Amino acid sequence: MAAPSTTVPSAGPVAGSRSFFSRLRDGDEIARLVTFLFAAWVVFLTLVIVFELWQSSVLPRHKFGFAFLRTSVWDPVFDQFGALPFIYGTLVTSAVALVIAVPFGIGAAIFLAELAPARVSDTLEFFIDLLAAVPSVIYGVLGIFIIVPAMRDFIEPWLKETLGFLPLFKGPAYGIGFLTAGMVLAIMVVPYIISVSREVLLSVPRDQREAALALGSTRWESTWKVVVPFARTGIMGSIFLALARALGETMAVTMVIGNTPLISASLFSPGDSIASVVASQFKEATGDLYTQSLVELGLVLFLLTFVLNGLARLLILLTSRRGAGTAHA
Amino acid sequence: MKRLAAIVLTTFGLATLFVANAALSITGAGATFPYPMYSKWFDEYHKKDANIEINYQSIGSGGGIRQVTEGTVDFGASDGPMNDDQLKAYQDKHGFPVLHFPTVLGADVPTYNIPGVTQELNFTQDAIAGIFLGKITKWNDPAITGANKGVNLPANDIIVVHRAEGSGTTYIWTDYLSKISEEWKNKVGKGTSVKWPVGLGGQGNEGVSGLVKQTPNSLGYVELIYAIQNKMPYGKVRNSSGAFIKADLASVTAAAAGAAKNMPDDFRVSITDAPGKTAYPISSFTWLLIPSKFSDASKRDALKGFVKWMLADGQNDTEALAYARLPKEVIAKEMKALDRIQ
Repeated sequence: MAAPSTTVPSAGPVAGSRSFFSRLRDGDEIARLVTFLFAAWVVFLTLVIVFELWQSSVLPRHKFGFAFLRTSVWDPVFDQFGALPFIYGTLVTSAVALVIAVPFGIGAAIFLAELAPARVSDTLEFFIDLLAAVPSVIYGVLGIFIIVPAMRDFIEPWLKETLGFLPLFKGPAYGIGFLTAGMVLAIMVVPYIISVSREVLLSVPRDQREAALALGSTRWESTWKVVVPFARTGIMGSIFLALARALGETMAVTMVIGNTPLISASLFSPGDSIASVVASQFKEATGDLYTQSLVELGLVLFLLTFVLNGLARLLILLTSRRGAGTAHA
Repeated sequence: MKRLAAIVLTTFGLATLFVANAALSITGAGATFPYPMYSKWFDEYHKKDANIEINYQSIGSGGGIRQVTEGTVDFGASDGPMNDDQLKAYQDKHGFPVLHFPTVLGADVPTYNIPGVTQELNFTQDAIAGIFLGKITKWNDPAITGANKGVNLPANDIIVVHRAEGSGTTYIWTDYLSKISEEWKNKVGKGTSVKWPVGLGGQGNEGVSGLVKQTPNSLGYVELIYAIQNKMPYGKVRNSSGAFIKADLASVTAAAAGAAKNMPDDFRVSITDAPGKTAYPISSFTWLLIPSKFSDASKRDALKGFVKWMLADGQNDTEALAYARLPKEVIAKEMKALDRIQ
């Protein structure tokens, strides 16, 4: 987004030599104004959302203050609301999703970009794009009918047997809960990681590969040690895109997470996430404090996404600098 | 081409005619549980009087209360009566009260999935309260087996399933639990959504029934009509007279009969745990929420006309759709209460 705004002023001296009206007639000014408005619209929309969320959550902000973020009781009957279990659920399910989806996604992207014949790669890319466009409620149904029974009857008992000594895999296997929600999210975000990472890997200059091969590396060495590090920033971008989707996912999560505000070390435990509780309870919420607490949860999710996105940018900035450093050395 | 244009024009012309003909459009929103009944009623009434069209959005009881309070709809509908705070909020905003009109009756039933158990289970008050409080955790707990002699109940953990979102069904269920268990009343209370001591949450009746069907050793609650339509097994519940009653139209109507005699003037009455030997204890009215003042006289008359028809002829449609009809005393009382709408 920064690119056009820097090129336009740099073209200034040339453009400035003509009169405003001639520029207007040529369409430069109009194009500039129109595209600027489109870009500004994004910022405006963001501000309006934050403002609206802030305005519509006055009651709980005044009543609970920061305790809203620290307490874990969610009781509409006695008007006590705390966001902690939902924040926890959002972070845990997104983390599980990334742990599963990242190796899968990057692995598949490497295959498609580097190893597969172009025809296979393009065909698969078509299917991946298709998967990315499937509505989330479909993934939720898939979760309920296939993943939940599979988790309850096979995967969770097996995890309990093999890794049961870890607190992550303790407790009864309901089949629904953090792990299943993370699993469904993983399936949903993998297409994003594959699609974007593949594009990035394909755009790595050919001479990088050739140089590595000329130096005597095997095909895999050239891929893993030269191409992938070269594309690292873009791959990370794909992961953060996936994270953003996982954090805000609503329907698919609410269908398999168990909708119980619990903080439990066990991934088998039912839980709830911010997006899921807002989706399931907002429609039927009665009373101003209850409704506004759900709005405040929306605000919390917004801030959470904001902070994580900021951290992601920072990480990309740091690693790309280090990347530049190694390139010089 | 000309013919096509003519057809298009005629269609549009007819469409405008129809729109113009439905001179009066009334909008309502609220409870999902009576929606099949309401949509049939509104449809029939429209056939009877083509000038009146009633649009109903089944957005849920909580939404119905909210929208009628905000004044975005002409009337609301709810499975749970509005509480005093909500009534006051309405009065403060509009300067006149909102009235409750019972329309039909419904019930919640306990549905379960225990591998190997095909018999109909009996549930005592202590068993239901204990299970939902998380105090009774195994199917072979004496509180359950005591009422189910001859049923081989397993020593497995009970997995409780409840509604995830706010709902009138939950209101009826928790209202019942609050009446039979002092501990529930103090710890959890009643409401369209509550802080559940145990269990998993499912979205809607279909979410709860889906979880129950899928999860071995689970117990959940759904609306009677939903259970009948989906052929789900559900248990008998012990009523205040000590008899185990299976929910059906007769036992739900019996629960209403007890309440009919001392129906309060505002119709806000709970008939859970109702007296009567044959009364099913987890029954409830469902209400229309109608403002007591209309600025538009034609809308007021149309809505009053509909309620009158619904209380008389409309009641004959209830049983075909598995809803229990209103007791005569309640109907007579509602007819009188219609005068309060001005």
